[in-house]
This record gives sequence, C-alpha cells and structure tokens, in this order.
Amino acid sequence: MIQFSGVHKWFKQLHVLNDINLRITPGEVLVVCGPSGSGKSTLIRTINQLEPINEGKLVVDGMDLLDKKTDINKLRAEIGFVFQQFNLYPHLSVLSNITLAPLKIRKMQKKEAEEQAMTLLARVGLAEKRDAYPSQLSGGQQQRVAIARALAMKPKIMLFDEPTSALDPEMIGEVLAVMQGLAGTGITMVVVTHEMGFAREVAHRVAFMDHGVVLEEAKPEEFFRNPQHERAQQFLKQLLSPMH
Amino acid sequence: MLTYQFDWSVVTSGKYFEWLVSGFKVTLQLSVVGIVLAFIVGLLIAVMRMSNFRPVRWFALAYLEFFRNTPLLVQIFFWYFGSYKILPTAVNDWLNSTNFEFAAAVIALTIYTSAFIAEDIRSGVLSIPREQMEAARSAGFSYLRSMQYIILPQAVRITVPPLVNQFLNLAKNSSLAMTIGVMELTYQARQVESYTFKGFEAFTAATVVYLVLSTSITALVHIYDKRVLNPNRAV
Ligand SMILES: Nc1ncnc2c1ncn2[C@@H]1O[C@H](COP(=O)(O)OP(=O)(O)OP(=O)(O)O)[C@@H](O)[C@H]1O
Ligand SMILES: [Mg+2]
Repeated sequence: MIQFSGVHKWFKQLHVLNDINLRITPGEVLVVCGPSGSGKSTLIRTINQLEPINEGKLVVDGMDLLDKKTDINKLRAEIGFVFQQFNLYPHLSVLSNITLAPLKIRKMQKKEAEEQAMTLLARVGLAEKRDAYPSQLSGGQQQRVAIARALAMKPKIMLFDEPTSALDPEMIGEVLAVMQGLAGTGITMVVVTHEMGFAREVAHRVAFMDHGVVLEEAKPEEFFRNPQHERAQQFLKQLLSPMH
Repeated sequence: MLTYQFDWSVVTSGKYFEWLVSGFKVTLQLSVVGIVLAFIVGLLIAVMRMSNFRPVRWFALAYLEFFRNTPLLVQIFFWYFGSYKILPTAVNDWLNSTNFEFAAAVIALTIYTSAFIAEDIRSGVLSIPREQMEAARSAGFSYLRSMQYIILPQAVRITVPPLVNQFLNLAKNSSLAMTIGVMELTYQARQVESYTFKGFEAFTAATVVYLVLSTSITALVHIYDKRVLNPNRAV
C-alpha cells in the first residue's frame, strides 16, 4: 500500500530523512515513534506529499509520487490526514467541515453527504454537535470531528501526526478510542504517537526513528520487551518513567 | 450682513429636486456596480498576486503598483478619452451606442478600487494560518479550490473593516465621474446651482445624500457580516 525505497529528504543542509525503506501493507496499522526532531512528521507528510522527497522512490496506492503524471490531488483524496492541531475549518459548522470535500471533490449529492456525515458523527460520538462551530468544541471533540472529516472521503489510508499531543490528558482516551475503532477495518493507518498503550494494543508494527533514520521496526510486543538499539531503549525508558 | 436668501424648496421639490434624484440614482448605480465588480476583480488580483507562476504574479504586481499609484482622475480620463483611440472601430461603435461615460467611469472606479481591495484581501490571506492550506490540500483540493472554499472565505471575514473603507471610497470617488459627463449626484447638484444660483442648498443636499449613502453601505456590510459572515464575532 505504501512503499518507501531509499528515500532521502533534506531541509537545506539538514538531512531529515536518511535512506528510508519501509513497506506498509494494506490494512496494517503502523505506529511511528522517536525523539523530537527525529523526522516523524516529515516522514508521514511525505506520504501525501505535503513534503516532497528529494531522492529515492515512494509508491502510495500504486502511484509513484515522483512520477510527473501522478495526479497528486486525486491521490490525496484517498488519504485522510489528521493533524496535531486538528485544523478544522473555523468558518464552517461541524457538518459542513465534514461534507465540504465529499460535495466538492466527490461531487456527492447534498443529502447523501449529510447522511454520511451524520453517520460518521454518531460513530465519533458527536451527533449533537452537527451545527456547532469548531471554536465551540473542546480539543478532543475537534479532533474527533477532524477524524470524521477525513473518513468522509472514504480513504484507503489514514495518517495521524501526533493526534493526541495537543490534548488535555482527560481527552486523549476518547480520541484513541475512535482510532482503535478504525484499526482492523481494512483501512491502512500510519500513526505518529507517543501513546505507547495505543501502540501496544492496536499497532501491528512499530517503527522507531532517530535522526532521520528508521532504526528499528518490530512487532509491538518485541519492540517493548526487547528494543534492539540503545537509542530506542533510552527513548522507552524516558517515556515510560513517571518523571518524563 | 448676509444677503443670501435661503430657498430650500429648490432642492425638496419640483424640477431641480428631480434632477438631484436622478443624479442620486446614477451615483447609486455607479457605487453598487463598482463595488460588486471591484470586489470580484480584487479577489482575482489578490489570488494572482500570490500565484506560484511568475508571469501571473508579476502581472498582478504591475497592476497593483500602476493603479494604486496614479490619480483616479487621470485613470478616468484615460478610459474615457484615451481608450477608444486604441480600441477597434467595432468596439467603439458599440460603446458609443451605449452609455460610454458611465462605462468608462465604472471601469476606472472598478480597477482603481480593486487594486486596494486586492492588497487588503492579500494581507487577510497571509494572516490565515498555513495549516489551513495544508488541511485543504490534504483533503485533495487543488490550490485554487483551497483558496476558493477555505482560505478566501476566512480572509474576507477578517478583511471586512478595510473592505468597508474601500467600498466607501468608491462611493465617494464616484463623484469624479462628473468630469466626463456622467450625470451623477455631484453633476446634478452643479447643474441645479448653475440654473438657480442656490449653490448652498444644492451642495448641502448632495452632501446629505452622500452621507446617507455611506452610512447605508457601512450598515449593510455590517449586517451581512453579523448575520452571514461572522455570526459569532464579538462586538
Ligand atoms: N519546513 C521545515 N524547514 C526546515 N526544517 C524543518 C522543517 N520542518 C522540519 N524541519 C526540521 O526537520 C527535523 C525533523 O522535523 P520533524 O518535524 O519531522 O520531526 P518530528 O520527529 O516530527 O519532531 P516532533 O516530535 O517534535 O514533532 C527537525 O530538526 C526540524 O527542525
Ligand atoms: Mg512532529
């Protein structure tokens, strides 16, 4: 579904992605973790070309991202992206946030788009907020709407970049629960997160990044029980210690 | 000792009153058509100014610099006296069969004001967080569609106060159209004055009408802003 082969990326002198080789199969849930600045966001953002790559090959859903003939807008419509800061459209109601892309890109009928939006809102537990504006919602509610908005395009792939890091602790659970509900439905998920509980329970695989390199890839039970690299051991120790 | 005899009846009834009314109608037409067109052209130029495609960006930049930095009166004269010298005969014939003064005035007011509106909208766009564009692009919207559905609607909402200013400027500047013979309010007030020598009354009446027009434009935009654009805006 997603295949990185020898992918490099630089920001000026800074080598942010260094020879990434990663294969994500359809329906798989991959959690990406690693210290701050290690390139996790950059990695996930290359998948829908919010960040273009400089070298190597990246194939997403059968489309080569370096191929000039690839219609990037069409590809992006198949990929949902959930941001750390939610990024809902503040001038639109919750319902319109969700129906905008289906109406304008998928050319869906209004009635159908709204029914679908209501189904999704019910699924994330926010049916009664259909007419609210983003500024009237809590962070956790906004993030659940953002997930519903992404799902409205019926994406094959969902990308999450630290979806719970901007949330108050009491709201993290509600968002993770929605994400957990998605896993195993056939949708391919790449999740950048430090929520190790989620990684342990939901992920099929964990990738650990450091300094632009994927240092380690393993099933969660192996990764947590017996991390291979010293950097990963340190990272986990810091993360799991109560004082972090 | 004041020897001037006030005669307000000149401007409140009869033939001269009707002149003023017809002048007001023309001013209103100039203003409404001008505001609508200037807003649309302003949006287009703002988007072109931010284009990644250099020729388009440069065209917009030249447009802005040129029309903001030359006097409106010169621009009006240009469109009225100058433009037909370079237009094909067929176009000229057609223009002459229509109300050419009015058209030239609308073109000049539209273009002049659109340059200011474009800059206001552009600064509105620049103040929208970059993440909004990212969210729109991630959903699969092209750059222009993202602008249309996500960025510009937000930018216009925060640009309302400067936009009101530009709309008022346009309405007031429409009085310059009298110089090319458009029979708008100032032109008619001048006519009334030259027929009756009641200049004080005539121009007082015109002033009051301009005030009412400006106040109405401000009120209409604010009502639209409150009802449609920003129902949740504080104050
Ligand atoms: N647009 C950019 N221009 C220049 N440098 C950038 C840009 N975006 C990221 N970087 C740099 O690239 C490196 C990797 O950034 P990235 O955001 O991918 O890290 P991250 O692993 O997501 O970190 P965090 O956990 O803090 O989100 C960092 O050193 C960052 O400062
Ligand atoms: Mg990041």
